Amino acid sequence: MAKVDYVIPETHEFPIIPSVMEGAMAHSSPFIAGEEFQTDMGFPSGEDKGLVDDWKNIFLAQLKEKLSKYRSLLVFMDTCVKCGACTDKCHYFIGTADPKNMPVARQDLLRKVYRRYFTFAGKWFPKLVGAIDLTEEAIKDMYDYYHQCSECRRCAVFCPFGIDTAEVTMAARDMLAHIGMGQKYSNQIIPKVHKIGNNLGLPEPALIDTLEGLEEEVEEDINVKVRFPLDEKGAEILLVTPSADFFAEPHIDGLIGYAKVFHAAGVTWTMSSKASEAANFGLFIGNYEHMREISLRIRDAAKDLGVKRIIFGECGHAWRVAYNHLNTLAGPWDFLDQNYPIPQHILEFTKDCLDRNILNIDKTENDHMTLTFHDSCNIARASRIGDTPGSQFTTPRQVIKAVCNNFHDMSADTINDQTFCCGGGGGLLTDDLMELRIKGALPRMEALKNVSKDYGVTHMAAICAICKSQFTKVLPYYGMTMDQIVSVHQLVSNAIILDGQGEEADDSDDAEAAA
Amino acid sequence: MSALSILYVILFYVAMITLVAGITNKMLQYKRVPAPLKIAVTPAPLTRKGVAYRFFTEVVLFNSLFRATKWTWIFGFMFHASLLLAFFRHLRYVISPDSFIWPLVNNMVVQSFGHYAGFAMVIGLLGLLTRRIFVDRVRYISSPSDYLMLLLIIGIATTGLMMSYVAHTDIVQLKAFVMGLFLFDWQNLPSDFVLLAHLTMVLFLAMIFPVSKLLHAPGLFMAPTRYQVDNPREKRHLSPWGAEIEAKDGRNA
Repeated sequence: MAKVDYVIPETHEFPIIPSVMEGAMAHSSPFIAGEEFQTDMGFPSGEDKGLVDDWKNIFLAQLKEKLSKYRSLLVFMDTCVKCGACTDKCHYFIGTADPKNMPVARQDLLRKVYRRYFTFAGKWFPKLVGAIDLTEEAIKDMYDYYHQCSECRRCAVFCPFGIDTAEVTMAARDMLAHIGMGQKYSNQIIPKVHKIGNNLGLPEPALIDTLEGLEEEVEEDINVKVRFPLDEKGAEILLVTPSADFFAEPHIDGLIGYAKVFHAAGVTWTMSSKASEAANFGLFIGNYEHMREISLRIRDAAKDLGVKRIIFGECGHAWRVAYNHLNTLAGPWDFLDQNYPIPQHILEFTKDCLDRNILNIDKTENDHMTLTFHDSCNIARASRIGDTPGSQFTTPRQVIKAVCNNFHDMSADTINDQTFCCGGGGGLLTDDLMELRIKGALPRMEALKNVSKDYGVTHMAAICAICKSQFTKVLPYYGMTMDQIVSVHQLVSNAIILDGQGEEADDSDDAEAAA
Repeated sequence: MSALSILYVILFYVAMITLVAGITNKMLQYKRVPAPLKIAVTPAPLTRKGVAYRFFTEVVLFNSLFRATKWTWIFGFMFHASLLLAFFRHLRYVISPDSFIWPLVNNMVVQSFGHYAGFAMVIGLLGLLTRRIFVDRVRYISSPSDYLMLLLIIGIATTGLMMSYVAHTDIVQLKAFVMGLFLFDWQNLPSDFVLLAHLTMVLFLAMIFPVSKLLHAPGLFMAPTRYQVDNPREKRHLSPWGAEIEAKDGRNA
């Protein structure tokens, strides 16, 4: 891993809003999907991995269609007054100083074209209202900068009109894919989910192998046989979790945590090889049909296995899709037990167990750490965990505090609904965007460093597979270590004492194992 | 009737028709286009009542803007609050003292604060203009129309103030003219320059409303991120075109 390719932004005690530097990130552009992946996705591909022949007409036809199908896009194209409220809110702008990473400027890449072809003012007075022709240059700008947006919605929190740049990014990416400009990373992953069942392309035998290994490992560790069932018909609960939970650190320690909680709660549960993935990249690329297709796997799996409940593991955008869209895309869920939320988040399940006092917790097991919590953007601003508005902030913190003695929040303007993206969300978690990911992580790294310095925080807990992977990668660039990021259910796993967990059991440290 | 008065009568009707028809057309277009997915920015209200409260905080207090940037909030709020007061003060030109809504006009708030609202409006607008020129981020995103819009409204406010403090117009005749427009009994319009400038700019503003960023006023209420109730697990949300896709493959059955 080359560490010296980029200038790592300096962190400060207080966030600094940079002066604009035009073109600072103009070179950042992810790989375009080749013909193979475009075809797999049902998108066209031009010669030499580029634009298709009739790209201009297709793009404008796509835009017209989107404007007639998505009220959000139509309204957002019209209502912006360029007040500037969002201009300093994007982590990518703060980290790169490129003005096209200001949310409004990012929206404008499409809005200028919208104005030119779809509004009176733009048709007759383009210069006056900043409307531009649809040129190859405009397309390139869109491709580059709509792939410098993690669809985190921080800008939408501050917009007086509720304009959500993520909606514009999603629409633009889908339109670009339709003229041959799909992004390789996402378009490579989605067909794997359709064909095999998860983003990694992990087939059933490999999955069985992994889970058996995990069972042995946990048994060795605590002397209790905690099960990790796969495709077990008749189980009460179907767990849908990001595939990173099967192998990556610290994700896997979270998976062990879920299993221990289910074990302690005495419920029967299973995972599915068919729906062995919570992630839904259909959201990232703004494609309803793909998002629905991926969601329907879960419906099919739930029916095949005859489960009564569906629970999602720790994953940000997956929970956004599950919470907001699963009912829309793969519902109605009348065949599940209506006494439980459909779907339910693992934290809702664990919190309920803690409230009912059925878990045996030894908080001192986490005493070697002082924790802080990173609110994942899609959970903070695009969904809910728990029963009341804002309980997506309190629930994970209550769970952490129930299993840890030492906790301290980061600065108030970097948490809850003002949380900063990890820098790798929204389909950008790819090596060809490494510079962007490092720079985009700046505000979060800054807040973490400050809380470490002031309150001795040693570890940051997260509930999103992408956040965990991203931090593992970027923490070292900011002078911290990759094992400082932990799963919330890893903390639960550390602290939970299962029945029969013998004293002779090896007291090895999960945090150490994570390193 | 003078030719000038006839011209302004025509201009007035054209402007009003453009304004009303333009906004109605836009709103119908927004209404026609579905929101296929639940995209409320959370934390979001769990009930319709909660959504009404959310809009109250946004429309009346500019809550999100307040959280975003204090300077823009101060100037923006100053401008919009003054606009509201000025609107009420202007009602006296279109309603008669025996109307039941006269108290809306003839009250302490409107008549005292309203009198000075014009100054607050200009200060607010100048503040916004200053920000647009001097903050590099805001300058970067500004088009000529963004500056001209501010200048236009500054022009309207200044000419309005001039009539209050420098060169009074024939208010009685003006009211007769305006009432005449409503009653289709057209009267002469006073012909002093400041009044004509004021009216011309106002009518122009009304005409460009439906094709400009002034659409933010009605559009604000049409943002799914703000008006949607946070209840996707409890209530299935399905758009007509989403339902069509379902009907085709039957996989949701």
